[in-house]
Amino acid sequence: MTETADDTAPRPETVDLARAFEESGTREVLRELDEEMIGLAPVKSRIRETAALLLVDQARRRMGLATETPTLHMSFTGNPGTGKTTVALKMASLLHRLGYVRKGHLVTVTRDDLVGQYIGHTAPKTKEVLKKAMGGVLFIDEAYYLYRPENERDYGQEAIEILLQVMENNRDDLVVILAGYADRMDRFFESNPGFRSRIAHHIEFPDYTDAELLQISEIMLSEQNYDFAPEARAAMADYIALRRQQPHFANARSIRNALDRARLRQANRLFAEAKGPLGARELSTITETDLRASRVFRGGLGTDRARMAQAAE
Amino acid sequence: MRLTQGTFSFLPDFTDEDIRLQAQYAIDQGWAVSVEWTDDPHPRNTYWEMWGHPMFDNPDAAAVVFEVNECRKEHGSKYIRVIAFDASPGWESIRMSFIVNRPAEEPGFRLVRQEGEGRAVRYTIQSYAADRPEGARYA
Repeated sequence: MTETADDTAPRPETVDLARAFEESGTREVLRELDEEMIGLAPVKSRIRETAALLLVDQARRRMGLATETPTLHMSFTGNPGTGKTTVALKMASLLHRLGYVRKGHLVTVTRDDLVGQYIGHTAPKTKEVLKKAMGGVLFIDEAYYLYRPENERDYGQEAIEILLQVMENNRDDLVVILAGYADRMDRFFESNPGFRSRIAHHIEFPDYTDAELLQISEIMLSEQNYDFAPEARAAMADYIALRRQQPHFANARSIRNALDRARLRQANRLFAEAKGPLGARELSTITETDLRASRVFRGGLGTDRARMAQAAE
Repeated sequence: MRLTQGTFSFLPDFTDEDIRLQAQYAIDQGWAVSVEWTDDPHPRNTYWEMWGHPMFDNPDAAAVVFEVNECRKEHGSKYIRVIAFDASPGWESIRMSFIVNRPAEEPGFRLVRQEGEGRAVRYTIQSYAADRPEGARYA
């Protein structure tokens, strides 16, 4: 019914892109993205490009120059903790404001949510998830786990086939974002050429620099109404530089964990040291000792284990 | 004879877009939408076969259209309806029900008169389609 209305409505002679940019709320989302996400310059510019493309495409459709829905499926590649999920949320709201998805909700799943455990279990499970994501964005985290080449009877293949089918046939209904580590996603795409060709936008998430991570740590703290003491800030900078060289470094996620542990140590310190009543200032200040006590400064996880093994002997 | 049960049954058949809009209305009301099918069109046949579970947590009606089309693949020659179930306190009831698929030929109903005591007549209706066994009623 809506289609006939479009056909009879007079087509506009000109379009005002700046106004469309303003009215659709795209500017709002891009501003949020700029303000809330530190660094990620290449990601931001790719998203700005995508937004421009979609706005132009929308204008072209209004003038009757284009009819097909563009392929919007994306892949986000990057190391853990580089903000892929957060950006996916923003992307969902961007697509919603531009009218490419009807509801704009984000459904985050991993292999476990899609792949069943026995024959005939996978298809209903995958379909259930896809149905839930319709009208919004389906975010498949660590998507390469779907494909397990070492087991030819793995049910992941079945999930992949259903995904591909729905990605192709229900392009108007949902947008799929695949996310994961760059090298493993590359291998995943190599072995599943169907995916590569159905994904139009490949966005790479770079690692954060040390300065950016320090900035992020300060924002995370201030969100929880905490503060660094002046020397603690320098300690955090040292921590970031050291932590980066140690295994299992997960960018912003590592920072979040470090701060959680620092808060734990701060609470313990306050208990041990406090003689009189404490003010808000003491309760919300992370000091250098809270950070320097971390085992990262003593060589990280590995050395601790080695020492414990030694002690046990 | 065209079966007229539930909402919208005197209107021309719905397109997928119509189904989507109606189902979206139901979802926006907070009702759980589900798809059911049957090959027994008797008006007192309230309980149709369920096609999957009611969709409790799908915010978008595209999922309903998707399931209707999946059901059509399997039961395209039978009756399929979309129902919306209202589980809000005090209701627990069907709020909306409309047929989205029907057989190519609907033979209609025969009226059966039963002579009772004292020349009383009892009436009942029987679907011509129900003469044949279940699963073989429509081409």
